[in-house]
Amino acid sequence: MTLLEEPIRALARRLRARELSAVELAQEALGRIRALDPAIGAYLRLTPELALEAAARADQALARDPAGASPLCGIPVAYKDVLCTRGVETTAASQILRGFVPPYSATVVERLERLGVVPLGKLNCDEFAMGSSNENSSYQTTRNPWDAGRVPGGSSGGSAAAVAARIACATLGSDTGGSVRLPASFCGVVGVKPTYGRVSRYGLIPFASSLDQIGPLTKTVEDSALVLTAIAGRDPRDSTSVEAPVEGILGQLGAGVKGLRLGIPKEYLKVGIDPSVRSVFDQAAATLERLGAELVEVTLPTTEFALSAYYVIAPAEVSSNLARMDGVRFGPGFEGDTSLREAYDSARHRGFGEEVRRRVTLGTYALSSGYYDAFYLRAQKVRTLVARDFERAFTEVDAIISPTAPTAAFELGERTGDPLAMYATDILTLPANLAGISGISVPAGFAAGLPVGLQVLGPYLGEATCFRVAQSMEEEAKVWRQLPPLSRVTA
Amino acid sequence: MSRLARLGLSGEELEKLAAQLDVIVAAVASLSAADISEVEATAQVGELRNVTRADVPAPGLSAEEALSNAAAQSAGFLRVPAIQ
Repeated sequence: MTLLEEPIRALARRLRARELSAVELAQEALGRIRALDPAIGAYLRLTPELALEAAARADQALARDPAGASPLCGIPVAYKDVLCTRGVETTAASQILRGFVPPYSATVVERLERLGVVPLGKLNCDEFAMGSSNENSSYQTTRNPWDAGRVPGGSSGGSAAAVAARIACATLGSDTGGSVRLPASFCGVVGVKPTYGRVSRYGLIPFASSLDQIGPLTKTVEDSALVLTAIAGRDPRDSTSVEAPVEGILGQLGAGVKGLRLGIPKEYLKVGIDPSVRSVFDQAAATLERLGAELVEVTLPTTEFALSAYYVIAPAEVSSNLARMDGVRFGPGFEGDTSLREAYDSARHRGFGEEVRRRVTLGTYALSSGYYDAFYLRAQKVRTLVARDFERAFTEVDAIISPTAPTAAFELGERTGDPLAMYATDILTLPANLAGISGISVPAGFAAGLPVGLQVLGPYLGEATCFRVAQSMEEEAKVWRQLPPLSRVTA
Repeated sequence: MSRLARLGLSGEELEKLAAQLDVIVAAVASLSAADISEVEATAQVGELRNVTRADVPAPGLSAEEALSNAAAQSAGFLRVPAIQ
């Protein structure tokens, strides 16, 4: 039994009662990382000195004013390596950012650290968060703690694996097309894609700026609510962030699902869902019905075009956002290049992996004169239709439920040779990013020993309802009480 | 496209990428079947419009901090090869 199996509130109680010090908890977390992470590969780098310093400060704050301290004070956390951390190398798992040490921290990092969290380190992901399996990291392979031969999902795979293996209490990831929810489903943890604008993106290395949101990954739904409440809110440094109340997210927890109308999109069940995943989903839906929810079939007719629209819009934004990665202000610089043109070509050729090259090229194509109308503009119009589908559905139902992904975690190497098969992994998650609405993945059960997530989607700024539904599922499924094989320390 | 995107790809890399892009572009071309007549494009979700702030100077990164990750610099400037 490790302390890291306990939910945040339980740890916070012990810390406030001084039965446990934040330094002891940090040492436990660091010890587990050293023992377990060599077989998992979730962390790209550890920050033990920063962790112990932060823990010592948290202990002082807890001693001074135990009642006034945040429940996150002294809690060990870690960040996906797309989040800038002042003074700590941040690479987005790309070679082009090897050695990049940000002079500032992301707003989410600042907000958590102000509350006294203990930062353990930076977590592996797909390069620039582009991928669905974590296999596009240019540094290392991350394994699924439930089965070392399988992927943790992506792109926030390190963030999900670390929580699943109990080598972080909570982590942050980013979700552009499912990059928090998908790995959460594959690793059996909770993952949140907040409403677009709910969380500041300042200091997030951008992938597709109109789709990106930062969200928590945790063991339990309440833990996610605590972290989301801490990071949410308007930030003058991100003009797309919105001022919106967040109290309801924690306030409505425990309200259950009685009386809620839950929509099941008929199109989502026709995307080639694995029968074992379908069976977990059907049981989950039946459970929610038994708890008092009303299940309603809804229709999202644009679903068949959403994947294509996403794989035009996201690469288009990539091609523009990654133009700054030219090796000049950060990155490898130039060695022996005789012209600026040659220096750019060389830095980007050395610095970008295959998937990034694919998306930059695809985006450049979609935005180029002659193809713009047929691809980019058309995709943006389809985006409007996707958003309208959800608006219409949410006039009939309070939330929408579906499997998070068509399958459970697949094997390492299974989809790396087939970009389209990899892209299709996101088919049930990416419509929420196109529409900018809220979503969560909560473990609902197991298929052949692998965790399966239930996705709950809510309207714009409708997180509170998503969390209620997810918590009801969690109370029945109790997946978080089961531990994956790679979380066990052997002597 | 690779030239436009400044990727510096070699002949062999280009061939592999071109074949993959053919498949991807053919797949996303299914968009042409969507009925988008009389639909406005969405570039950005949410209700925010024209977000502005007071035009008041505030401290930002120092020149030293801004240059701290540059591989080549000289007298407080970024140094790059000449444009040819």
